[in-house]
Amino acid sequence: MTTRVGVVTFPGSLDDRDAQRAVRLAGAEPVALWHRDKDLHQVDAVVLPGGFSYGDYLRAGAISRFSPVMATIIEQARLGMPVLGICNGFQVLTESHLLPGAMLRNNHLHFICRDQKLRVENATTAWTSDYQVGQEISVPLKNMDGRYTADPRTIEELEAEGRVVFRYVDVNPNGSINDIAGITNAAGNVVGLMPHPEHAVEPLVGTGRTDGLPFFTSVLKQLVSS
Amino acid sequence: MSLDTVKNAEQTPDAGQPWAELGLKADEYARIREILGRRPTGAELAMYSVMWSEHCSYKSSKVHLKQFGEKAPQSDAMLVGIGENAGVVDVGQGYAVTFKVESHNHPSYIEPYQGAATGIGGIVRDILAMGARPVAVMDPLRFGAADHPDTRRVLPGIVAGIGGYGNCLGLPNIGGEVVFDSCYQGNPLVNALCVGVMKHEDIHLAQASGAGNKVILYGARTGGDGIGGVSVLASETFDATGPAKRPAVQVGDPFQEKLLIECTLEVFREKLVLGIQDLGGAGLSCATSELASAGSGGMRIDLDLVPLRDATLSPEEILMSESQERMCAIVEPGKVERFLEICEKWDVIATVIGEVTEGERLEIFWHGEQVVDVPPRTVAHDGPVYQRPYARPSWQDALQADAPTAERLARPGTGEELKQTLLKVAGSPNQASKAWITDQYDRFVIGNTVLATPEDSGMVRIDEETNLGVSVATDGNGRYAKLDPYAGAQLALAEAYRNVAASGAKPLAVSDCLNFGSPEDPDVMWQFAEATRGLADACLVLGTPVTGGNVSLYNQTGEVAIHPTPVVAVLGVIDDVTRRTPIGFADEGHHLYLLGDTADELGGSAWSQVVHDHLGGLPPKVDLERERLLAEILIAASRDGMIDAAHDLSDGGLAQALVESCLRGGLGARVIVPAELDPFVFLFSESAGRAVVAVPRSEELRFTDMCGARGLPATRIGVVDGDALEVQGQFTVSLAELTEAHTGVIEALLG
Repeated sequence: MTTRVGVVTFPGSLDDRDAQRAVRLAGAEPVALWHRDKDLHQVDAVVLPGGFSYGDYLRAGAISRFSPVMATIIEQARLGMPVLGICNGFQVLTESHLLPGAMLRNNHLHFICRDQKLRVENATTAWTSDYQVGQEISVPLKNMDGRYTADPRTIEELEAEGRVVFRYVDVNPNGSINDIAGITNAAGNVVGLMPHPEHAVEPLVGTGRTDGLPFFTSVLKQLVSS
Repeated sequence: MSLDTVKNAEQTPDAGQPWAELGLKADEYARIREILGRRPTGAELAMYSVMWSEHCSYKSSKVHLKQFGEKAPQSDAMLVGIGENAGVVDVGQGYAVTFKVESHNHPSYIEPYQGAATGIGGIVRDILAMGARPVAVMDPLRFGAADHPDTRRVLPGIVAGIGGYGNCLGLPNIGGEVVFDSCYQGNPLVNALCVGVMKHEDIHLAQASGAGNKVILYGARTGGDGIGGVSVLASETFDATGPAKRPAVQVGDPFQEKLLIECTLEVFREKLVLGIQDLGGAGLSCATSELASAGSGGMRIDLDLVPLRDATLSPEEILMSESQERMCAIVEPGKVERFLEICEKWDVIATVIGEVTEGERLEIFWHGEQVVDVPPRTVAHDGPVYQRPYARPSWQDALQADAPTAERLARPGTGEELKQTLLKVAGSPNQASKAWITDQYDRFVIGNTVLATPEDSGMVRIDEETNLGVSVATDGNGRYAKLDPYAGAQLALAEAYRNVAASGAKPLAVSDCLNFGSPEDPDVMWQFAEATRGLADACLVLGTPVTGGNVSLYNQTGEVAIHPTPVVAVLGVIDDVTRRTPIGFADEGHHLYLLGDTADELGGSAWSQVVHDHLGGLPPKVDLERERLLAEILIAASRDGMIDAAHDLSDGGLAQALVESCLRGGLGARVIVPAELDPFVFLFSESAGRAVVAVPRSEELRFTDMCGARGLPATRIGVVDGDALEVQGQFTVSLAELTEAHTGVIEALLG
């Protein structure tokens, strides 16, 4: 049976088709999920894609967090379903309290689109097992509100428990605390990051690298073996 | 104030009307009275005033623009030509591509962020209205001097507006231009281009036919923003009791536009739409009159059904409002319910506001009383046409005589001077890296971007199975056009054509944005006449028809007009995007060939501007047959894997091309000056019809044989090598020095 990975479309989601393509290239079946539909259609994992859901007019991710589909995703995530939040999806995850902390406006106050180098800090999560700890990868980064922040105790906890999954290398593009680019929950099934692995899955387009593909193959392996 | 109904207008023929305040001339007002056989109502006057404005009616430019049709080359690729929202081109495999470039110059100066943002919004809706999914945008921009204090106000706002709107729409921004010149100080040029893709059978047109079919307005509510944006601000005397004077600049909501795109594509997919038009300049006046005019002519609209943001708006204001993110569709009665359901799914407000009628009148009602009764064609198409006087400016000869000869302008002589000149040009605002600007745009979204800035063209894949792709480049050089508008327009076309070919795609069609000063100035009108004639002649030779575009006049402050600035976009097709040619030198040992002929041509050059602040002489000579041959060679070499990098030569000449290709690929080059050329001319001349290519040694014979057989001069000038650019016998400059000079310039001035 093929593994089914759901990709949610909120009003204003932009990278949903890209995420579906990445899922397909990794060998799983992408399933489009609609924000108003509570039903997850028997998916085994969920990707919350990038974009500007609800225009990010209130606070990035703040409205999407209340959509019917999120109620089910929050419930399933607590039961162990792998969930990946990319960029706006990461913002939705922090707004949903599936991940701690919050994202502020980039410290330089501009939207930034660049090929960003990251270091893998945790290769045990559902979405990173196909990487090695310490491995450096390059994936596109593009956002306005990407500066990760949290209170000192949370940061200490994340660092102590090895829950910082990715760190920015060479350049900290937005002023995130401790160069944090992505984090996971304590169980390791929920991962959120600002850069876009789904834009780095083919040698031809985007940055011309496939450094993002292991996200999607990692979750596939984890689901097949479980 | 009481409602000015048709009945009232008939009974009060002598009532005074604010036609002059609305931008109409006395004879135009008289003509409206003649068409209607009575005085127009306030609502009718509002419609005619916006639709007969320069922006909508092209009244000054029409007589010149018709050459694009008369001289159009035979092209099997054209599916829809000039006159629709955008032209449509066949790119094979059942796909059609639509693209268009437009201006949003004036609003962007007044309110940089919103002006630029809504420029993107407008062009995207034009593409959408053809039935296409928008797949990419580009922005050719021109600003005043980079170090002028007002540029610091204008540029960051415009860039943030383009990014803020485009990024939120999910369209990759894959190219464009950024040019600084003090002639644009009070008149920045903000042009925006959008490309869309569809299958042939999905082409939609703006027409309303079939009596009984419904007119549905959907998208944002109508507000008081942008009233008279295309003509003049609505004045207090227009309606003293209505809302006070409002900004003529519209305010954009990209989130609403994103919903509008997805919703529109879904109603297209379910084949629910007979005709469609976006609401841009002149708002509902334009959409209703154009839809009716292109159909059988009859339409009835109940204006009080239009959803409003401001309940106090008068019928005149509703007709003139340029509120963004609105579309108007013609739908069969049986399909209305499903149409509304899809709009509801996307949280888009949709309202049936009228229907197509028998007869040939556009009739608009306000709470049951008729306020408009006009033949729609007279509003949409029968506007005034002017034969504006034009004459070669008295100063043109003196300007052309002031050539940048070696006697007049000092040229670098020693190797060290050449090196310093190269660094100075590569680090000047026009030639420096624009990454600080383009990094504020998302170029990755949708996952089909094959090439983007700073490559020669933007290229996107349109079929993931077959790897079919399209490539677009926009170019324009106001300095060349000032020296010779006929040649300047041709050089703009030649450069965009060359850029598309250099990336491996076959040029197919043209869209143009013609930015000029006031048409009431005979000097400017001559520039316009010459540029259009030049462009039409060149399109005929190159076999690339003009599919549409836009004219922006009155880009001048006081008596001083901008340089004539025809911006030309060329669209090309590439059968297999994996064969695309990037600009970067990425492989050591590849031989560098200079294709084409180099002459002492420095009039209007980057060197003359950067080093001497000089503009005079003649621009480089145009040889369109050579451009065509060069393009054929570049395309064949790309298809057959004979070259691994190619970069067109334009402003800054070979020196600038080498700097960009070295930095892009991360490798240096060793270059030899050909014996017959002066090193300075070799490096800085801007002769057209040239490119530099990197050829793997295994392909060298095949490549040079091909050039020889076709008669294209190909001179081996060096090799890709090391981490410095060395011009043998002259100078060596490390990549680190080049990076230092070429990057960080724009943010230092404007960040």
